[in-house]
Amino acid sequence: MTAKQKLIVIGAGMASGRMLEHLLEADREAYDITLFNAEPRGNYNRLMLSPVLSGEKTYEEIVTHDDAWYAENGITCRFGEQVTAIDPAAKTVTGEKGVLAYDKLVIATGSTPFIIPMPGHDLPGVIAYRDLEDTEEMIALGDKAGSKAVVIGGGLLGLEAAAGMAARGVDVTVVHIMGHLMERQLDEAAGYLLRKSLMDKGIKVLCQAVSKEIVAGPDGRAEKLVLEDGTELAFDLLVMAVGIRPSIALAKEAGLAVGRGVHVDDQMITSNEDILALGECVEHDGEIFGLVAPLYDQAKVLAHTLVGVADRFINKEVSTKLKVTGCDLFSAGDFAEGEGREDIVFRDPARGVYKRLVLEGGRIVGAVMYGDTADGAWFYSQIKDRTDIEEMRETLIFGPAYQGGGASDPLAAVAALPDDAEICGCNGVNKGTIVEAIKGGAGDLPTLKTCTKASASCGTCTGLVEQLLELTLGDDYAAPQTQAVCGCTDLSHEDVRRLIKTQDLKSQAAVWQELGWKTPNGCHVCRPAINFYLLADWPLEYQDDPQSRFVNERKHANIQKDGTFSVVPRMWGGITTPDELRAIADAADKYQVPTVKVTGGQRIDLLGVKGEDLPAIWADLNRAGMVSGHAYSKGLRTVKTCVGSDHCRFGTQDSTGLGIKLEKALWGSWTPHKVKLAVSGCPRNCAEATCKDVGVICVDSGYQISVAGAAGMDLKETERLADVPSEQEAIDLSIAFIQLYRENAKYLDRPYKWVAKVGLDWVKERVVDDLEERQRLIDAFELSQSIYRKDPWADHVERKAEGYAPLADLTLEAAE
Amino acid sequence: MSWIDIGSVEDIPLRGARILKTPEGCVAVFRTEEQEVFAASNTCPHKGGPLSEGIVHGRSVTCPLHNWVFSLETGEAQGADEGRIATYPVRLEGGRILIDGESLRTRSAA
Ligand code: SRM
Ligand SMILES: Cc1cc2nc3c(=O)[nH]c(=O)nc-3n(C[C@H](O)[C@H](O)[C@H](O)COP(=O)(O)OP(=O)(O)OC[C@H]3O[C@@H](n4cnc5c(N)ncnc54)[C@H](O)[C@@H]3O)c2cc1C
Ligand code: SF4
Ligand code: FES
Repeated sequence: MTAKQKLIVIGAGMASGRMLEHLLEADREAYDITLFNAEPRGNYNRLMLSPVLSGEKTYEEIVTHDDAWYAENGITCRFGEQVTAIDPAAKTVTGEKGVLAYDKLVIATGSTPFIIPMPGHDLPGVIAYRDLEDTEEMIALGDKAGSKAVVIGGGLLGLEAAAGMAARGVDVTVVHIMGHLMERQLDEAAGYLLRKSLMDKGIKVLCQAVSKEIVAGPDGRAEKLVLEDGTELAFDLLVMAVGIRPSIALAKEAGLAVGRGVHVDDQMITSNEDILALGECVEHDGEIFGLVAPLYDQAKVLAHTLVGVADRFINKEVSTKLKVTGCDLFSAGDFAEGEGREDIVFRDPARGVYKRLVLEGGRIVGAVMYGDTADGAWFYSQIKDRTDIEEMRETLIFGPAYQGGGASDPLAAVAALPDDAEICGCNGVNKGTIVEAIKGGAGDLPTLKTCTKASASCGTCTGLVEQLLELTLGDDYAAPQTQAVCGCTDLSHEDVRRLIKTQDLKSQAAVWQELGWKTPNGCHVCRPAINFYLLADWPLEYQDDPQSRFVNERKHANIQKDGTFSVVPRMWGGITTPDELRAIADAADKYQVPTVKVTGGQRIDLLGVKGEDLPAIWADLNRAGMVSGHAYSKGLRTVKTCVGSDHCRFGTQDSTGLGIKLEKALWGSWTPHKVKLAVSGCPRNCAEATCKDVGVICVDSGYQISVAGAAGMDLKETERLADVPSEQEAIDLSIAFIQLYRENAKYLDRPYKWVAKVGLDWVKERVVDDLEERQRLIDAFELSQSIYRKDPWADHVERKAEGYAPLADLTLEAAE
Repeated sequence: MSWIDIGSVEDIPLRGARILKTPEGCVAVFRTEEQEVFAASNTCPHKGGPLSEGIVHGRSVTCPLHNWVFSLETGEAQGADEGRIATYPVRLEGGRILIDGESLRTRSAA
């Protein structure tokens, strides 16, 4: 018998641990094994560090190979000793305690956490999350009362660290750079539900938050994190969990082929035939690894290669679960790229459930689920087995147990409301009261109206009340069909508006989930409406989403039929100056504007500007003191005026001055549809005020305010709201009316259409008679304007100009 | 295929698009999810609307001029409208967007 071959393994981690088991099983006598590990211990189940952190397990419980096991199998352990070099020519490795020769070498060095190289990243008090030492430091934090931690990174590791520390009583904030948590595994809807569960556990979550700098305290230990937007977060410990990098330094210095990881073939052999590698340190066919399942497959193949059994590694789909108690999520397969994909979406807002399957060519290629993951394993096996699902497509989303027609319930969102949810805002009637009345015999809308007052005023909650009737009475009630917003939902605009308010829905993802949207993220019809409702109801909490806006509002210019744009600067109340006119003329010359036109709204339109020139022409106009005219917006357009008492022999009040004041108060605000005003100095009405959304006619005794006119597709004279003696009251009434319109109207209803629905009397009660309500409306408008009363052109010139340029220009490359 | 790096996925707003200039004209590069991109012709077959300016939803885009909707995966017009836009292979690698240069070059011939 020949002498045993010498096998050296670098790294006693999860991959090499499994490999050794397979090797010993295949042939106990083949090798003399020496195992190096930088950590001062043998192999333990690294995945289970999170349950150790949260206190659900002890370290002893997660050890997979103890001293006895290594002794029994005759493995020489050199734990706590790092390997510093490999010499492939001499076939030796150098450890901290000496040089050792091998016949075969296995590299299983795993990966190292990536640390963002921002200022302060190397201070004490900043750790990663990889090994037992890190875990122990986090556990220790929980022993000190009132301690705070910040976790950078909202992926799998970061969230497990955050939840574990929170379970130990630490005050934790997660800082995540992307728009939603775990963006590699989850889509937005599931990310929203995850965030909600974490916040329920008391964890604060900041998304789209960019970390800038870590600052040390007087003791030299890191003590606060500064974000790009200036926010400062104080902490006792900062955990950075932003990703991993394969540990390839040893292999690279030894001259082995490496890319992002150590290159291996299907037999797990590196570019040197006596050196093999596996685990997170390798790169196979362009892929690197971060989950344990494929590493176990590698372990088997590598053991087989070592004993001369033919085998090959095939990379399969992986699935993910988050090991945080109470956050039930599952994701598997592929959500990205590829031709001909379709989605099946299921949402049950009442139970906080979301499921999405991605189909391609009659097969499932990806699955995400939140809240109910019982079927995860089944979907995962359908993905791996590439099962043909055409036959069960209709009921597929309901999982293996469910066969039989199952359409999602259009009443789910209303069913999910708690009893104290307010249904009728005008009369303060909640769901419980209405349901009780129905059970007590009020079986139709008119009876309900009289006995509860629900939907008896503005009527915008009628749809919801009808749904409650349907829900309570079941098939006995035939509800008249309400017009749904679009194919993504069965709810009407009015229902959606009311539910956004009563359920405190403050993000698009919240609306999609809680109201049971049927598509992953809406469509071109519902998204602009939802975006408006959210920003109108929650001006401080919700951030306007330009990607949910029609191009004109996203680019702050009117698109033309040839793809160029028109630019209309504001001319307050129709007044301009020679300097402004010169700046407009200069801009028209400089940017070769083909058409300059005086508009019907008393200002000047520059038509045919190239998209790429927009930031530059705006910057020029800004320099001359001009701002966007919002000629493109569902918002305040123009306030037309006549010359008024300043010049006109009939003028009774300063109509131009009032027009300018109104325009300065209202500009920048977003509204359900466009809003136009006019102020005329006398009843001759040269500013055409009696066909506007709000029109003011000045008279000797003061101001006549009228609203809800039309002179576009419909023609309608305004209706008188009130006559007031002072200019200030004229302004107050106009603002209160517009705010009431902003809070209640359906998206794309001009004021005249909205007033026709709710009735002028209902409007007068709130805007004219109820002084408290008038003031509330004015305050709410002003609060919103504290965010929106600013020039979007200047903002885009400063922050977004590069978005107007091409992403890349390959024509230059071709010319080279 | 010959992959060309054209930028970072974060250079495109989520559910938005940017233009890629090529010798044969403009290609629109869409970002449908945090980590999902598509590339297609920028020109609507209806009346030439610039698709990169449209609203991006699911894996579709709506033309800004007259609301035709196109699948970014197949390029087919959805619903009642008939037409197709060319699509080009793209992939993401470590946050960089790679487009297949060959299919861009052959597109005028196709
Ligand atoms: C530029 C201008 C025509 C002009 O050269 O005078 C104009 C141009 C357009 N109007 Fe207008 N309207 C213009 C004054 C008007 C007026 C007169 C007025 O404001 O006193 C009206 C009638 C009053 C009214 O608002 O109803 C008017 C009623 C419309 C309508 C019908 C609205 C309705 O509710 O019935 C539309 C369509 C829409 O908004 O859905 C429309 C839509 C448009 C659009 C935005 C069409 C579009 O979607 O692309 C045009 C954009 C052209 C461009 O690229 O710039 N435009 N439009 C006027 C700009 C005024 C300004 O300085 O901002
Ligand atoms: C907290 C946590 C939770 C996780 N949860 C999951 C999960 O739920 N599901 C999942 O699939 N995966 C999970 N993972 C990932 C999983 O643990 C890894 O994929 C797996 O451990 C990688 O195995 P490995 O053998 O390649 O590397 P490791 O297990 O990291 O082992 C590598 C070993 O090599 C040693 N080493 C490195 N360089 C040298 C050197 N020069 N000399 C000597 N020794 C060296 C290291 O000290 C280390 O002990 C989690 C990881 C962590 C940290
Ligand atoms: S009237 Fe019609 S064609 Fe003329 S500017 Fe208005 S929308 Fe355009
Ligand atoms: S040009 Fe695209 S829909 Fe008309």
